[in-house]
Amino acid sequence: MTATETPSPDTLTSPAGNPLGFGRMLRKEDARFVRGQGHYVDDLVLPGMLHGAILRSSYAHAKIVSIDTSAAEAHPKVKAVITGKTLEGLNLAWMPTLSGDVVAVLATDKVRFQGQEVAFVIAEDEYSARDALELIEVEYEPLPAVVDARHALDPDAPVIRDDLEGRTDNHIYDWEAGDAAACDEVFANAEVVVAEDMIYPRVHPAPMETCGAVAHMDKVTGKLTIWTTTQAPHAHRTIYALVAGLPEQKIQVISPDIGGGFGNKVGIYPGYVLAIVGSIVTGVPVKWVEDRSENLMSTSFARDYHMHGEIAATRDGKILGLRVNVLADHGAFNGVAQPTKFPAGFFHVFTGSYDYPAAHCKVTAVYTNKALGGVAYACSFRITEAVYLVERMVNCLAFELGMDPAELRMKNLLRPEQFPYTSPTGWVYDSGNYPRALEEAMRIAGYDELRAEQAKRREEAAKPGADPSAPLMGIGISFFTEAVGAGPRKHMDILGLGMADGCELRLHPTGKAQLRLSVQTQGQGHETTFAQIVSHVIGIPPEDIEVIHGDTDNTPFGLGTYGSRSTPVSGAAAAVAAQRVKEKAKVIAAAALECSVEDLEWEHGRWYVKGDHAAGKTMAEIAMAAHSSLELPEGVEGHLDASVVYNPPNLTYPFGAYICVVDVDPQTGAVKVRRFIAVDDCGPRINPMIVEGQVHGGLADGVGMALMEVIAFDSDGNNLGGSFMDYLLPTSMECPSWELGETVTPSPHHPIGVKGVGESATVGSPPAVVNAVLDALQIRAADMPFTPAVTWRALQGRPIRPDLAIE
Amino acid sequence: MRVTIEVNGRETSADIEDRLLLVHYLRNTLGMTGTHWGCDTSNCGACTVWLDGLPVKSCTTLAAMADGRSVRSVEGLEGDTLDPVQQGFIEEHGLQCGFCTPGMMMVARALLDRDPDPDEATIREAISGNLCRCTGYENIVRAIRWAARKQAETGRSDREAEEAVL
Repeated sequence: MTATETPSPDTLTSPAGNPLGFGRMLRKEDARFVRGQGHYVDDLVLPGMLHGAILRSSYAHAKIVSIDTSAAEAHPKVKAVITGKTLEGLNLAWMPTLSGDVVAVLATDKVRFQGQEVAFVIAEDEYSARDALELIEVEYEPLPAVVDARHALDPDAPVIRDDLEGRTDNHIYDWEAGDAAACDEVFANAEVVVAEDMIYPRVHPAPMETCGAVAHMDKVTGKLTIWTTTQAPHAHRTIYALVAGLPEQKIQVISPDIGGGFGNKVGIYPGYVLAIVGSIVTGVPVKWVEDRSENLMSTSFARDYHMHGEIAATRDGKILGLRVNVLADHGAFNGVAQPTKFPAGFFHVFTGSYDYPAAHCKVTAVYTNKALGGVAYACSFRITEAVYLVERMVNCLAFELGMDPAELRMKNLLRPEQFPYTSPTGWVYDSGNYPRALEEAMRIAGYDELRAEQAKRREEAAKPGADPSAPLMGIGISFFTEAVGAGPRKHMDILGLGMADGCELRLHPTGKAQLRLSVQTQGQGHETTFAQIVSHVIGIPPEDIEVIHGDTDNTPFGLGTYGSRSTPVSGAAAAVAAQRVKEKAKVIAAAALECSVEDLEWEHGRWYVKGDHAAGKTMAEIAMAAHSSLELPEGVEGHLDASVVYNPPNLTYPFGAYICVVDVDPQTGAVKVRRFIAVDDCGPRINPMIVEGQVHGGLADGVGMALMEVIAFDSDGNNLGGSFMDYLLPTSMECPSWELGETVTPSPHHPIGVKGVGESATVGSPPAVVNAVLDALQIRAADMPFTPAVTWRALQGRPIRPDLAIE
Repeated sequence: MRVTIEVNGRETSADIEDRLLLVHYLRNTLGMTGTHWGCDTSNCGACTVWLDGLPVKSCTTLAAMADGRSVRSVEGLEGDTLDPVQQGFIEEHGLQCGFCTPGMMMVARALLDRDPDPDEATIREAISGNLCRCTGYENIVRAIRWAARKQAETGRSDREAEEAVL
């Protein structure tokens, strides 16, 4: 076989039957999980380990008058009780957030949201620790709470952050992007302008595993080991070093199996710090694992964006501009996890997938008496909000123009020849063929037939004596462009840490490999797909490549897994490391074959001499030679490995077209998702099975947010979504059987052309469902989640605000 | 109080607090951490095990209630080979983070024991008391269908199938 006849590496299979590169491959991870042998944080038991529990505030806003811990301390199984006062003595009562604010580890002066951490009990077992919480007497002086973000800046609003010197209001920042003046001019002269208000309500990632940690400070060696639910172990290590003044080389962060993250496990929570303090105080390991209510009430929420959008267009449906005002509810502390230069995350990619010149957004962020967070739940740094905004506004425009929303989109989508495309707010979309994706979704859906069915049903419903319980059929479309793989370190950092990621690939003498990653799987299947990336480049079987991650002592530095960045950033690092190994292998093969490197040709997994196919060396043979006594050329070190730090030149821009079909019961308001069609383009798929699984999960998120999920509050700031009886997640009954399609547009700048996909469906699907429900109701706007009550009220022409208790 | 509980065919016994939950008996007293704890309110099903052949949420079952009875957990699924349900979850990518998986598989095994050939709607209803945040349920349904087909092909006679009370 000559080089020109070499088949695509991905059609070859390994001895175990796996693809030697891209393709469907069963996951390496699964053997342990199906046997109940995953190792999650809460599964860890260390000798002498104690258990911590957190006393939380019952008020949303109150002064702490006094805390009496004496009865708790007298409990026979309690070893220590820690309060804010204890921490003040250690200078640890407050810690920095990921957005340059500070947050209380344990409240000292005031509590600022319901569920805030007030005291920490350490006991022999978790039942006793929780018993002792009941024995702590806290005297509060309740204060009026700021619940509705729209009143946070009222002159008489209580000042939440009086801990910050000189603060007299609840304003956090104003931030703008785009050209306001140019935008205003376009709007002033536009034939059609449509304005709409919308809420992307507060929701919660709610991974099935809650957050927790086991901390062990070894008093003799001074080494702190913390096993914790983190999506970013290296960033956590550095932050612990900075916060607690601990030497970084003595801190080991281990992120074992993680039961889902979705952004919930990016930040550092007081509980983690308290487990560390607890171990320092008691001298033994301390475990802290939150319960579900604690998870929902105190850890990173998502969204809570109050948006006012305006879209300008010609009468025949050419979009001219989009401008947005956002009121962002950040809760009581600004603890958003996002690149420093972008306080509203990547919201300014809100111009979406369409071709128009004028765009402007202004974001005003405020404090309220709610938990902190904002960037979580697979949001790609707030692209979820951005896509929701633009896809709802496009539908509002279609509604006003009386145009089919598919036709309006097709008319305005960016065209393939416009890529790379620089958006009005400065993003450079790397590649895309948008009309093809929308056409494909419409083809799978049978869009014209669906519209015909809908017209027929509406006709039937309008006839005298029509069945009043006949379901209302709705069809919703969304088209999204994601921007993932943060990011170029010149532009993107978190707390000063540039967002480049390291990777190390080492081939052992027998040709088996270890790949060490800075990123951390929470279910995405890194142990499988990263082995496939290496196999794709150097042709050794993926089963021979062990992927090591989630342990800072054994992996190179990097920023971790969130924002769909693993494949765009660390996947690139792995590919480049493999390419370097391949090139080094060529030099070693030339030495072994006693020829010049120029004489060598590559076939998948093997270098051979041009014109003499039999004279060659496999990667395994080269690996052995690299460790042998073979004399290597001047300057070539032995062994076969590579170490890479990958600094992405740009983000990758996956995209997709989604169509949702719903049936609404006009008498109860119940919404049934009949069909959901999702066409995703994330470039070539390393493992199509895993990509489809990622998309499935995100689509369920979209159905959940559009129909069920919301964390609402009453006027006192009581959290009304503090358990799974109140915060509803989609089950197998609400989810349809997903219908997937794909197009493939490689990224021009990624070494193997791939784009991220982990959050695409979560970002893209909510507006498709909402557009479908509104289409069914034949109204222009109402806010999600479309629970039966919300839908029924919208149908009556009296829509409600879903984020507040119904008065 | 002292309880004696058969767990996966093996007799276990311990002095426990009256209030100890079955999930904690399994996880902490016995060190069997395959059964997970996810919500406290019987909503998520990560803690699902069998009690005398029926799936229960072990986070809202007292260990005392299992005294003198038999429990089967994920650790008891595998025989000489993986249970078809376990294999199905691998083959059809029915799991991602793996946290809900043990509970899902226990429900799936119980379903197939009483209905060896369930259709999609039946499967969806059977797993509706178990939440998954990763898969959107699609591949879980496929995994259970895979297991049903596999059993039909191999004529697998499951121990629990024979003993099933349903």
